[in-house]
Amino acid sequence: MASRFDVRRQTGFTTIAMICFFALYLPIVTLVVYAFNSGNSIAVWEGVSLRWFYQAWNNSQVVDAAIRSLQIALVAATIATIVATMAALATTRTKPYPGLGFKYAFINQPLMVPEIVTAVALLIFFSRIKIWTGYSGLGYLMAAHTAFCIPFAYLPIRARLESMDLSLETAAADLYATPWKAFRRVTFPLLWPGILAGLMLAFVISLDDVVITEFVKSGGQDTLPTYMLGQFRRFITPEINAISTVFLLISILIVTVFFFISRKKDHE
Amino acid sequence: MASAEQVAEEAERREIRDRWLLSAPALIIIFLAATGPLLIVVIYSFLTPGPYGGVVWKFSTDGWLSVLMQRDIFDDTLAFADAHLSIFWRSAKLSFLTTILTLLFGFPTAYFIATRPARQRDIWLFLITIPFWTNLLIRTFAIQEVIRNEGLVNTVLIKLGIISQPIQMMFTDFALMVGMTYVYLPLMVLPLYASMEKIDFRLVEAGYDLYANRFQVLRRVIIPLVKPGIIAGSILVFIPALGAYVTPRVLGGSKNMMLGSLIELQFGQGRNWPLGSALSLSLMAIVMVALLFYVRSVGRRDGAHG
Repeated sequence: MASRFDVRRQTGFTTIAMICFFALYLPIVTLVVYAFNSGNSIAVWEGVSLRWFYQAWNNSQVVDAAIRSLQIALVAATIATIVATMAALATTRTKPYPGLGFKYAFINQPLMVPEIVTAVALLIFFSRIKIWTGYSGLGYLMAAHTAFCIPFAYLPIRARLESMDLSLETAAADLYATPWKAFRRVTFPLLWPGILAGLMLAFVISLDDVVITEFVKSGGQDTLPTYMLGQFRRFITPEINAISTVFLLISILIVTVFFFISRKKDHE
Repeated sequence: MASAEQVAEEAERREIRDRWLLSAPALIIIFLAATGPLLIVVIYSFLTPGPYGGVVWKFSTDGWLSVLMQRDIFDDTLAFADAHLSIFWRSAKLSFLTTILTLLFGFPTAYFIATRPARQRDIWLFLITIPFWTNLLIRTFAIQEVIRNEGLVNTVLIKLGIISQPIQMMFTDFALMVGMTYVYLPLMVLPLYASMEKIDFRLVEAGYDLYANRFQVLRRVIIPLVKPGIIAGSILVFIPALGAYVTPRVLGGSKNMMLGSLIELQFGQGRNWPLGSALSLSLMAIVMVALLFYVRSVGRRDGAHG
């Protein structure tokens, strides 16, 4: 008997898909492998060593940039998640009211404008404020990062809220809970996977940003990505591979947690 | 005494007010550090460039004029600014080709994932999600290591004896296209998958019952069903590709400029902030047109089925 006819099959699709997965991972794997090269080259393999990881660890520029990246990402992601949670509470589970559409558009605005345009706009705006106030600290980068992190934090929180029933909060209010108490005791325990997902997403987005940071930063304010971008102009050693590998590991870790939190919700 | 209706109305008004207060911090931050500064760019595009960067507060349309035209420094006549136009053209062309390439590779990949058994799907999807959230700079650097002269491709080809001299790929339009296709592929696969996940395969079966061959089923049944995903994916790839800054800077070198680098140049060595502002707004205008096209085509679809 002939094998069952598979209606889903399309000739060649599986092959192309396999090529895609291979092509997606080959460069990343190459990058990671050469981070362990003992030679000076990112092209000629000379043996396994951890010297480039040591070198990066002892490079004060790299460490400073990494700390700065983490500081900015922590502040930006935390503030963005708090205000995005509030905004999500204000824009879900309601009948349409005047200004609701405007809020959606406004909150998602940073996603719709090309990054380079926002970067230029912030360069112009902040350079003026720097002259007026004389302040040139990390605050500008934190403010810029917070703004573009808000939509990323907002989306998973809103998605989670929309799948939640209002009746529990109504019950809490009937039992004379204040709105804050109802939020803390009822809404938050149900909402936290969404909030955590939003926080992590915002954190990764802030950590990854190159373009806006490159335009907004003052002298000596390199983050890890802008430091790496600067290095590409010079002779590249596997040190960059080593930094990338660590960076990659952190991202993968966060994304893995995020992926399983958001998937779990779907299967519940 | 207040009637029940008035009480209800009052409660509703209070709720709307509370909802505005609750969303105010997010709206204010975005206004201060994203939307507001965009309005300042509009003002700057109509000013006169300062001698060392910055602007002089004197109205001028030269910024906008020089997006398309070039004033001859000797006799003050106007001519088309070939350099700018060719950069606009190159950016549009490369972004379009990138969109097509990601679609050609992404469509079968998304289809492959969508037709796996439910348990396997998560794993394949996860494999697409990881590069999606990996730093763009790192991915660009990774693809550079593959296509550079001493890179993986050339080394392997030389070892196999197929070529004797490395093929120069870096700093060409080809490198840019490969690089952008590589970094933006997940942006195409994810929305495509989202719409393929919902395909009702009984429709495909019906197609075969009516003696359609595989290609006809693909063209007449599957592609029309996933059209929203195709449009969403294309928009998600085309827009960032058009304004790409990192990938052209790392892979393209200084000769093959794209819009992003041209804009940066005006704020760096070029010292022409009004022109840079006008160029940024032109880029934004193109993006807005693309988004409008997207909203309209999705809206029409919803209308037809609703």
